[in-house]
Amino acid sequence: MTATPVTIPLSASDAPATSYQPPLRARLSRLVLPVYTALAVAYLFLPIAVMIAFSFNNPRGRQNITWQGFTLHNYIDVWSRPDITNPMLQSLIVAVVSTILATILGTLIGLALTRYRFVGRNTTNILIFLPMATPEIIMGASLLSLWVSLGISRSLLTIIIAHVMFNISYVVVTVRARLQGFDRGLEEAAMDLGADEWTTFRKVTFPLIFPGILAAALLAFALSIDDYVITSFVAGKTITFPLWVYGVSRLGVPPEVNVLGTLIFVVAFLAIAAQVIWQRRQARRQLVPSRAP
Amino acid sequence: MTAAIRRLRWAIPYLFLVPGGLWLLIFFVVPMAVMASISLQTGSLGTGYALTWNFGIYPEAISQFATQFLRSFEYGIIVTVLTLLIGYPMAYTIAFRGGRVKNILLLLVILPFFTSFIIRTLAWKLILADQGFLLGTLKAWGLLPDGFGLIATPISVISGLVYNFLPFMVLPLYVALEKIDHRLVEAANDLYASRFQAFLRVTLPLSMPGVFAGSLLTFIPSVGDFVNATILGSRETTMIGNVIQSRFLDFNDYPRASALGFVLMAAILVMVLVYARLVGSDELTSG
Repeated sequence: MTATPVTIPLSASDAPATSYQPPLRARLSRLVLPVYTALAVAYLFLPIAVMIAFSFNNPRGRQNITWQGFTLHNYIDVWSRPDITNPMLQSLIVAVVSTILATILGTLIGLALTRYRFVGRNTTNILIFLPMATPEIIMGASLLSLWVSLGISRSLLTIIIAHVMFNISYVVVTVRARLQGFDRGLEEAAMDLGADEWTTFRKVTFPLIFPGILAAALLAFALSIDDYVITSFVAGKTITFPLWVYGVSRLGVPPEVNVLGTLIFVVAFLAIAAQVIWQRRQARRQLVPSRAP
Repeated sequence: MTAAIRRLRWAIPYLFLVPGGLWLLIFFVVPMAVMASISLQTGSLGTGYALTWNFGIYPEAISQFATQFLRSFEYGIIVTVLTLLIGYPMAYTIAFRGGRVKNILLLLVILPFFTSFIIRTLAWKLILADQGFLLGTLKAWGLLPDGFGLIATPISVISGLVYNFLPFMVLPLYVALEKIDHRLVEAANDLYASRFQAFLRVTLPLSMPGVFAGSLLTFIPSVGDFVNATILGSRETTMIGNVIQSRFLDFNDYPRASALGFVLMAAILVMVLVYARLVGSDELTSG
């Protein structure tokens, strides 16, 4: 990715407003795309709205599918339902451990790919690309084949191994995008001022690529905590949150599931909002034109 | 000492590469080879398997599940075209008209996908239900006949897939559109191209890498999906993913399931290569 060129505001849209008023039809036609996009975003949030609404539902019987009345009970009851919170705990363990491992391994590969020329670069690129181009079911099935033929029983460990595997590629791609817009001159300046390689990395390189690493970790965490397909093949008797929800979906999903879903959504929302605010602050503090993400 | 270190500099990238590379080799490449070997074995879980180079399993499995294979590819193509039609105007608006809220709009596109895939699909089941608030309301207003239903039809499965994979289309399209130099479009306008002509001759061709990447990222997971077909579909909408999953996990029919998995993988690779030829992009591994 190249740095964005400085654009001189010459285009019509940036010109100061004049007294000229375009005809009504032209003004309406300029509204088509924004209105369409707003509707499309609303469509994306429709199931989320349903999930949140039904987390406050007070259903009779097993099925939480028709609106019966507003209650906050589900938000208290959920903590005394170990059958729901235990799978959530398993999912959190898997997500935290696999995110840490995949972020370390992926960042190292991203560094190697962007800063060094070496024999085997293309092979590495293909090795990174393939897991993203393979349907999840194939990865799950082939890992199951491996464990079955080795006679290794499936457990939390095999889930974590699988999650690290499918997350590495996403971390590499995210970190690499950040590294490609990196100004090597800053490192050279540090070295010229007498810093050794390790100090340069610690004081210059790492702080600059850290937002990229954080974004990669967020992505890996989100992919891991939500994974159903691959996990279903390698879980054995361990039950993660998506596996549990899928399992009960035929009998009827209790509103407590919507409560946990809503809480995850809120946490994700806050994490992303915090990251955006933090990045804006950093950009302002640096007092240099911010680079394209 | 420093001279020795300098002589070993060539090894640095490999040190960075080895841990993650080995992980992918052992837990991605090796399992594929194991699956290939299992597809050629005969036996059962009880008696054990032996490698008999039983290539006959491939034509047998393909003809047995030809319907599901064809259906999966049909759904995959429909889903890819629909997400492209829905996603392109979105990505275009965010990239060119987003202004100061560009990043916020982009986050709004991603945010719903931090909620569990299963929960979102179950919510669609509720929305599309015969007496749910969408169809129920339309029926109450007399706009739809009482017997009308969407759930358990190809329409509900396809709409679930479109919803779940839309961001995979929008994000690469956005990245490609965002890179386009505005002055090129202005030059076209200066040369008397209409807005539509400028779009067709300048913007669209320049956004092709995004179209290519987005189509791949939507087509591949939707062909292999089985969650949407299970939750929103019926026996008539079974996809090849459902077959592979149940052969592996319910029937323990490992050789046949492995063979099916391999055929799916090979078919996807062939379609991707054909598509790459058509669109003329060789940017498979870059960006």
